[in-house]
Amino acid sequence: MKLNRRTLLASGATAATLATLGLPVRAQEGPLKVGFIYVGPIGDGGWTYQHDQGRLAVEEHFGDAVETIYQESVPEGADAERAITQMVLSGAKLIFTTSFGYMDPTVNVATQFPDVRFEHATGYKTAPNLAVYDARFYEGRAVIGTIAGRMTKTNKIGYIGSFPIPEVIQGINSSFIHARKVNPDVEMVVIWAYTWFDPAKEADAAKAMIEQGVDVILQHTDSTAPQAAAQEAGNVFTFGQASDMEAFKPTPRISSIIDNWGPYYIQRIQAVLDGTWESQSFWGGIAEGEVLIGEITEAVPAEVKAEAEALRDQIASKAYHPFTGPLNKQDGSVWLAEGQVATDEELRGLNFYVEGIAGEIPS
Amino acid sequence: MDLSGISPILLLASLMVASTPILLAALGELVVERAGILNLGVEGMMITGAITGFATAVATGSPVLGFLGAAAGGAALSVLFAVLVLWLKSNQVATGLALTLFGLGLASLVGQSYNGIRAPEMADITIPVLSELPVLGPILFQHDWVVYLGLALVAAVWWFLRTQAGLTLRAVGENHEAAHALGYKVLRLRFFAILFGGACAGLGGAYLSLVRVPQWTEGVTAGAGWIALAIVVFASWRPLRLLLGAWLFGGISVLQLNLQAANVPVPVEVLSMAPYVITILVLVLISSGRGRAALAAPGSLGQPFHASR
Repeated sequence: MKLNRRTLLASGATAATLATLGLPVRAQEGPLKVGFIYVGPIGDGGWTYQHDQGRLAVEEHFGDAVETIYQESVPEGADAERAITQMVLSGAKLIFTTSFGYMDPTVNVATQFPDVRFEHATGYKTAPNLAVYDARFYEGRAVIGTIAGRMTKTNKIGYIGSFPIPEVIQGINSSFIHARKVNPDVEMVVIWAYTWFDPAKEADAAKAMIEQGVDVILQHTDSTAPQAAAQEAGNVFTFGQASDMEAFKPTPRISSIIDNWGPYYIQRIQAVLDGTWESQSFWGGIAEGEVLIGEITEAVPAEVKAEAEALRDQIASKAYHPFTGPLNKQDGSVWLAEGQVATDEELRGLNFYVEGIAGEIPS
Repeated sequence: MDLSGISPILLLASLMVASTPILLAALGELVVERAGILNLGVEGMMITGAITGFATAVATGSPVLGFLGAAAGGAALSVLFAVLVLWLKSNQVATGLALTLFGLGLASLVGQSYNGIRAPEMADITIPVLSELPVLGPILFQHDWVVYLGLALVAAVWWFLRTQAGLTLRAVGENHEAAHALGYKVLRLRFFAILFGGACAGLGGAYLSLVRVPQWTEGVTAGAGWIALAIVVFASWRPLRLLLGAWLFGGISVLQLNLQAANVPVPVEVLSMAPYVITILVLVLISSGRGRAALAAPGSLGQPFHASR
C-alpha cells in the first residue's frame, strides 16, 4: 500500500513537472491551444454534443493554427476547478466552460491565471480575462411554442424543466405565451427533473405527462430519452432540444431548437489570434445564427409551418420580441404594458411565471 | 391541484416497469447476502450489464441475446469480486466499493462507441385472457417479458430458499464455521451466489439501457444499485418483502413525477426522501428487541471465512 502510494505520487510529480516544462515551449510556438469543458458526454445527443460540434467547426476552420482539447462529463462544482486548472497547466490559452454550474470555478481559476482567457457559457460573472456568452433560447421556444399550441389536441402541453433557473423559466414562459396566442385553451404542465441529464428520469417524466393526457412535450433536459418515450406512446409530438435529434423525425420530433456555437467560437478564437480579444457579455439569438430552428417535418400542417416560420423571421429581423406586452405575471399583476418589451436584465433574473401557468416555481 | 389527471391503473402499470431494474438487482444481492457476503458493487455490475447488454443487443439485433449478454457481463465482473473476497480474503466493503468505481469506469470506456445509437425494440407481451381483466390486466399482464422474469425470479428465489440447497445456502450465511464443520463447501456455494448476484444486477442494468431509456448513455444507472442495496435491508432479507420494497421505491419515483404533472404542491424532496426514511425506520425496528430473530441479518454477513480455523 505504502509503496503503491509512493509510486503514485512520484508519477504524479513527473506528470506535473512535464506539464510545467512543456508549457513555455508550447506557448512560444505552435498552434493556439483551446480547451472545452463539457458537462455531459459528447454522446448525449443534445447540449454537449452541440458544443462539440462547435469545437469541430473550429478545428475545420483553423486547421493547424489551432489545437483543441476537451474534457467530458465534468461535474459542476469543486471538481470543475481542478479540471479547468489542469487544462490551463496543459497549455490551453483560451478555455470555454460550457455549463451554468461552472461559473464560480471558472471565476476562481481565471483569477489565478490572468494570462489565460476564459469564456463561460450562460453565466453572468465577468472579469478582464473572463467573458460570458449565452444564447436566446427563448426566441426558439416562441417558435416551437406556436407549433405546440397548434398541434395539441388535448390542449395540454408538457415542459420537462431541468432546474428552476432564469434560462429555463424564460423557456417555459416564452413557449406558453406563444402557445396561448394561437390556442387560448392550452394548458402547460411542468415537471422539474432536477437534472440536465438522467435518461431514465427524463423518460419517466415524459411517460408521466403522457399518462396525464399531455400530447406535445417540450424538454429542457439534454438526452433523447423523452423522444423515445413519445415515440413508444405514439400520437405525441416532441421537439429536439439543443441538438436537432433528427433520429426521431418525422414524428415524434416535429421541429427542434438547435444551439449553433460554431460561429461564435470561431469569432472568439480569431480574436485571440489577432490579439483583439476582450472580455464581453454576449447574448446571441436567431438573428445572430446562434439559435436555429430545425426542419419542421411534414407532420405539421403547411399553414402552421408557415406561421411558425413567419414568427421566426420576425424575431430574426428584430421586428418582434417574444416578451412584448401586454403581459401579466402569474398573480395577475402587470409585468409589461402594451407594447413594452422586457429588458435583458429582467430576463436574466426572471423568476416568475406569466399569467395562465398553474403551479409554483420551486425555490 | 387536480388529482383526477392521475390514472391509478396507468400509475401502477408504470410502477411495475420502474421497479423492475431495482427488483432484479436487489434480488441478486439478497441471495448473495443470504450466503453471508456483502457485495456493495451492485451499481458497478448493473452498469456493466447495461453496456454489455446494449452492445450485444445492437450487434445481434436481438434484445433477448442482449439480456443474456448483460447477465454474462454482470456475472463476469462479480467473478473478480468473488476471487478477491473469497480466496484472497479481502475486505468485502472496500472491495465492493472498488467494484462499483471500476464498473462505472469500465462501462463508460466500453460505451464510447455506443453513444447515440438506438437499441432494437422490444415488444410487450400481453398475456391472453389475463390481460383482458378489468383493472389487473393493464397493471400486471401487459408488459415486456423481463417484467415477468423479475416476478418469476422472486417466486423462484422464495421457493429455492426453502429447498435443501437453499437451506444449505442459508446455513452458510448464518454461521459459516458450523456449515463448514458439517462438510458444506462454503466458498463454492458463496461463489455461485455471487455469480447469481452479478447476473441479476446485469439484467437490471440492461433493463434500463434496453427498455426504459432505451439507449446507452454514461451513468445510465444513476444510483439504482444503491437503492437495490437499501431494498435488501428494507426487506429484511425476505424475497416477498423485497418485491414490496421494490414497488415502494419504484412507485415513489413515478408518483413524484406524476404529482408534479398534476400540479399537486408536494415538495419533490420530501417524496424522494421517503423510501430512505422508511428504510431507516425498518432498520430501527430490526435492531429493537421484539421480533429481532425474525428480521435479523444473516449471522456471518460480511465476515471473511478461513477454513483453517
